[in-house]
Amino acid sequence: MSFLTNLDFWFTVLRCTTPVLFATMAALIASRSGMLNLGLEGAMTIAALCGVLGSGFTGSLLVGALSGLLAGTVFTMLLAYFVQHLKANKVVSGVALNLAASGGSVFCLYSITGDKNASNSLASSAFPAFDIPVLQNIPGLGDILSGHNCLTYVAFIVTILIFIVLNKTSFGIHIRAVGESEEAARSVGINVEKVRYQAMFISGLLASCGGMYLSMGYVNRFTSGMVAGRGYIALATNAMAAGNALMGMVSSILYGFGSGISIYLQNNNVDPYLITIIPYASIIVFYVLFSFYYKVKRKTEDSL
Amino acid sequence: MNKKKRFEWYGIIRVAASILISLIIAAIIIFAVAEDPLTALNKFLLGPFSTKRNFFNVIETMIPLVFCGLAINVMHKSGLFSMVADSSFYFAGVMAATIAIACPMPNIVHQIVILAAAMAVGGVIGIIPVLIKKRTGANELVISLMMNYIFFNLGYWLIRKFFLDTSNGSFSIGFQPTASLGKMLKGTNTHFGLIIMIVVVILMWILMDKSKFGRELQITGSNENFARYAGIKIGRVVLGSQLIGGMLAGLGGGVEMIGMYKKFQWITAQTYVWDGILINLLAGTRPLMIPVSAFFISYIRIGALVMSRGGDVDSEIVSIIQGIMIMLIASERFLYRLKKNKEEKEALQNQAMEMEAEA
Repeated sequence: MSFLTNLDFWFTVLRCTTPVLFATMAALIASRSGMLNLGLEGAMTIAALCGVLGSGFTGSLLVGALSGLLAGTVFTMLLAYFVQHLKANKVVSGVALNLAASGGSVFCLYSITGDKNASNSLASSAFPAFDIPVLQNIPGLGDILSGHNCLTYVAFIVTILIFIVLNKTSFGIHIRAVGESEEAARSVGINVEKVRYQAMFISGLLASCGGMYLSMGYVNRFTSGMVAGRGYIALATNAMAAGNALMGMVSSILYGFGSGISIYLQNNNVDPYLITIIPYASIIVFYVLFSFYYKVKRKTEDSL
Repeated sequence: MNKKKRFEWYGIIRVAASILISLIIAAIIIFAVAEDPLTALNKFLLGPFSTKRNFFNVIETMIPLVFCGLAINVMHKSGLFSMVADSSFYFAGVMAATIAIACPMPNIVHQIVILAAAMAVGGVIGIIPVLIKKRTGANELVISLMMNYIFFNLGYWLIRKFFLDTSNGSFSIGFQPTASLGKMLKGTNTHFGLIIMIVVVILMWILMDKSKFGRELQITGSNENFARYAGIKIGRVVLGSQLIGGMLAGLGGGVEMIGMYKKFQWITAQTYVWDGILINLLAGTRPLMIPVSAFFISYIRIGALVMSRGGDVDSEIVSIIQGIMIMLIASERFLYRLKKNKEEKEALQNQAMEMEAEA
């Protein structure tokens, strides 16, 4: 248990939290508007790939970031269109898009670079890491919080912004109204479809950031299957958050904790297949505990 | 009667249009990517018929797809969208390999024990998400997707820990010679799992379309409140469907393991269940149609493999095709106009006839 006092360990926890935090916020804003963004996994995959391709071919981080954002958002809007306009089943269409994205990303990678597994032949750029002035000089805290990739800071800032937007702005109230009761929102003149498209658009942007962090920050290349279920984990962390963005941050850090432990054990020569289980198993345990807590809470509230 | 038939026609047209659109998109992609698109397209569409070996590859690939399609059919009919059959399939394969390596038994008995154990393991894993959901309200889809990562890593770790062939480094040591389903046809890999598959399809057809359980499951999945008023024990029916689905996937994993392999070779997660969703949709959720749609999916998979050999089009194009097909079939409003127009026309006709009769 000595790793708990290791500053590097806590630094790693925040590093692992970042992509899932983005994805959790993406899931959260969609679910608050009454949509289910099951395509997170696919949007992250596509954004991770397109970010690498965009920056690899132009040599520009900006172009890479924009192409990643564009691809992930278009992907998410496609899901929104099928669900809203063509009345597709939310779950089935999300699963279908993820299937297409996981195979499609490998297909594109092979067609463009000739390699099925990784984009090693492309010199893609990464988002820079930087130190926070003043904070970096505080011993302990500075070692954990400073020196991260800029997207890590963005993720935490976005979380606070979403909390404020959902609770304090009229746009946030519209999203929540649409999510709580479609008919009621319609009766007071809110354009339900438009609000949902807006929420899915933001969701797509956030998922893209999460995907790009993986291929342009966490590591510096795209490998097939690199999202590794984080889009699905975000559905669990979002359910644990129960619509509260700050709780979403807590549940994402719980995932980051499990993931950090598995990285720590990896460095200590434990079998890689065994430790890969840890983040998934820990998130199931936390998710089940949270669900049980909410169920009991609902029951006691109902009986009052 | 007449109305039901017309409705089926509408379904068939929709499925056909979805297939056509996705194949057209595939053709466009092939034209964009391949240096010699016509040869590639020809290989993709006719490749499975080019040699005897390729054709029987279609049959062999179809067997696990049918098991997983049936598993998804019964599991999703309950209204629960669990993907846990992937865990059942993989871990049953691990179980089958374990018995095949470590427990020498006489011929015939060995295969029966292996398949029975595979089914049992698959069934037990299959009911985990629904049990968790019942207790805590946690979403079964999320739980099952997490479980798939866990059971793949756990299963492969077990094989590596106990049966790793150190000269190879990633596969297991060989199975006992009795742990094989045997080849049906010389010169192909087609094994006796095909017979098991046919028997299972018939059993599932009887269970789903002809039995009380099938009717109750159908009602529960489409309208839970109605099912409750009708006195159906919902909990038991849903649990039963997950158990049977898990057992089917488990049997599929066992059959695939000892039918196709002489040692454990699944170093990546097996994802037949994702194909199972499409197979079930294409079959219109009817068990008897599942072998037909599984044959079709198997056909385009092998076609894509033939095309990718030595060519420049990767076989992963199949996932794009499958994704588009699922999206279109799952969309209520896709070709909705066709149905609406026809219904409006008939309503008008009926009205005119009534007016004539009145006059």
